[in-house]
Amino acid sequence: MTPGQKNKVYVSRDMASVALGADDVARAFEAAGCEVVRTGSRGLFSIEPLVEVESGGARTGFGPVGPDDVAAVLEGSHAARLGDVAALPFFAGQQRFTFARCGIIDPLDPEDYAAHGGWRGLDAARAMAPQAVVDAVKASGLRGRGGAGFPTGIKWQTVLDAPGKPKFIVCNADEGDSGTFADRMLMEGDPFCLIEGMAIAAHAVGAGHGYIYIRSEYPFAIAAMRQAIEISAQRIAPFTLEVRVGAGAYVCGEETALLDSIEGKRGQVRAKPPLPALEGLFGQPTVINNVLSLAAIPFILAQGAEAYAAVGFGRSRGTMPVQLAGNVKHGGLYEIGFGITLGELVNAIGGGTASGRPVRAVQVGGPLGAYFPPSMFDLPFDYEAFAQAGGLIGHAGITVFDDGVDMAHMARFAMEFCAVESCGKCTPCRIGSTRGVEVMDRIIAARDADPAAAEDVGGGLTKALHSRSLARIDNGREAQTALLRDLCDTMKYGSLCALGGFTPYPVLSALDHFPEDFGASAPVKEAAE
Amino acid sequence: MKKMQQGEAVDETARLIEDWTSVHGRTRDRLLPLLHMLQEEIGSVDDAAIPAIAKALNLSRADVHGVVTFYHDFRRAPAGRHVVKLCRAESCQARGGAAMERAAAERLGVAMGETRRDGQVTLEPVYCLGLCAVGPNALVDGRPVARVDAAMLERIAQEIAA
Repeated sequence: MTPGQKNKVYVSRDMASVALGADDVARAFEAAGCEVVRTGSRGLFSIEPLVEVESGGARTGFGPVGPDDVAAVLEGSHAARLGDVAALPFFAGQQRFTFARCGIIDPLDPEDYAAHGGWRGLDAARAMAPQAVVDAVKASGLRGRGGAGFPTGIKWQTVLDAPGKPKFIVCNADEGDSGTFADRMLMEGDPFCLIEGMAIAAHAVGAGHGYIYIRSEYPFAIAAMRQAIEISAQRIAPFTLEVRVGAGAYVCGEETALLDSIEGKRGQVRAKPPLPALEGLFGQPTVINNVLSLAAIPFILAQGAEAYAAVGFGRSRGTMPVQLAGNVKHGGLYEIGFGITLGELVNAIGGGTASGRPVRAVQVGGPLGAYFPPSMFDLPFDYEAFAQAGGLIGHAGITVFDDGVDMAHMARFAMEFCAVESCGKCTPCRIGSTRGVEVMDRIIAARDADPAAAEDVGGGLTKALHSRSLARIDNGREAQTALLRDLCDTMKYGSLCALGGFTPYPVLSALDHFPEDFGASAPVKEAAE
Repeated sequence: MKKMQQGEAVDETARLIEDWTSVHGRTRDRLLPLLHMLQEEIGSVDDAAIPAIAKALNLSRADVHGVVTFYHDFRRAPAGRHVVKLCRAESCQARGGAAMERAAAERLGVAMGETRRDGQVTLEPVYCLGLCAVGPNALVDGRPVARVDAAMLERIAQEIAA
């Protein structure tokens, strides 16, 4: 290090980086006299804690590094030297529309944000009539990134046309799905982007106040958003924003339960209609969108709807911030246009499993998403293609499992999770999930028991349905499997929201694609709908 | 003596609620932020606090009870001196989370969802911390910890014993 000249280094303050020791690394560089800028994460966790050293306007990455590596990094001799991080294969192939600034800027420096293209979308929108903004969002083809895939522009149109006042903008940041962390990364790494998107939405529909509902499991995101709101208050005025913190209820990620939670009630799902667009928060017209939907808006307004719609696949336009998670070698955030295949994401980009064992299954879309075997890895990332294959994109989290996974156990877990998190309002979800755990326990018990005894079945379903005596229930594998399918059918079509309605996806996909884990020898003919 | 302490605790709760609502308002939508504040300040939201909350926001006690018990975060009794939250969700399971859960329960001497008898530690499940590529993950007294393995568990156990 040259005396008198301060080295400038960048270290992530993202919760995942901190969990891997980034705070200790940052302190070590500060102690060595460096100027440390804390950024969001670039999004590749196998190289975290990542340190980027600036010299001559260019950044050189090193990672993973520990607090003892300061001297070697500053000398440039450290073995984990990565060079230009953006040129690494994991980053070079991405199309970063929403996450363009994440990992590069200081998340809470408004000048840094403006210097990297920030606020241009809001300025453009405010120069336009509200209807023109809504038209631009429609033209972009943006669909709700929370999972449902509903066209964002149409939702906004409904709120714009709704007569009531006041109107609200609500951001759903209750990212509860396992295997997803894009909302968290964006809120920690580029919070002004979300604020800008919400301010554009407010201008488009005529709203004066907005809420960001963040789950309590994300303390870093809560702190970052609160600070960012304070810093940017003048910039977005007269629009105002506040953060509301969840309290550990997964079901509050469902939009109507979330609205009830903001209102100070139990987070129970509302029956629709009325749509939240017409009667949402406090009974007023409300735009409720996911973090990623709102964070895509500044790009659309700044670069034009055509630029966004130019990438994509079929009716899925634009980019999706895909999250590679679970037992994956190079896990992280990979933003790319729709159409990339599941196999490319898992094998080519994710590098297969972290354990080095073969990939056996991937779950796409969180705890309510389907499990797919590698034989289905040619599936393109597209809302329609996934629906056709009996699954869903959801929030685009991909959780990878190696061959050590017991799929019957995962099916049981899906039911168990639904039972823990059910809001209790509708019977198929509240009771069905608990019955589902019991049925799975019987299937697993039959599978693990003497195979000859387990095959002793016959007329099981009828007997089970009409019997009130436990002893007379047919606990055989086939009878219980038929019962499981029947139960899933009831949950799927009878539940009020996606929690009970989609829990059958992981359960039935596990059963259909991995029947051997349920004690069956061949795939069951009757396919999941 | 015990009774007097309880009375003091209720007074303290009432004062906290009064101070908070005079700044933040008394509308119904303030209920969750108020409950978060109480838990932060006094460690739990027990039955004794419910009448004061109901009165402050002009709600029925049953209504407040319904909200408090709906959300997993709100404690009815104080936690141990240290709180270890271990992720049980799919992505952590894919990285050996279930085995780590058993090991943690054994090493810390407390079952999942319980507080150890000496009040030193509470072990709780959490469903996803959003660190899904570096699991199994934990939150130790609010500090995120990734790639929890036997060695890390030992460090956590020693931290808790101190």
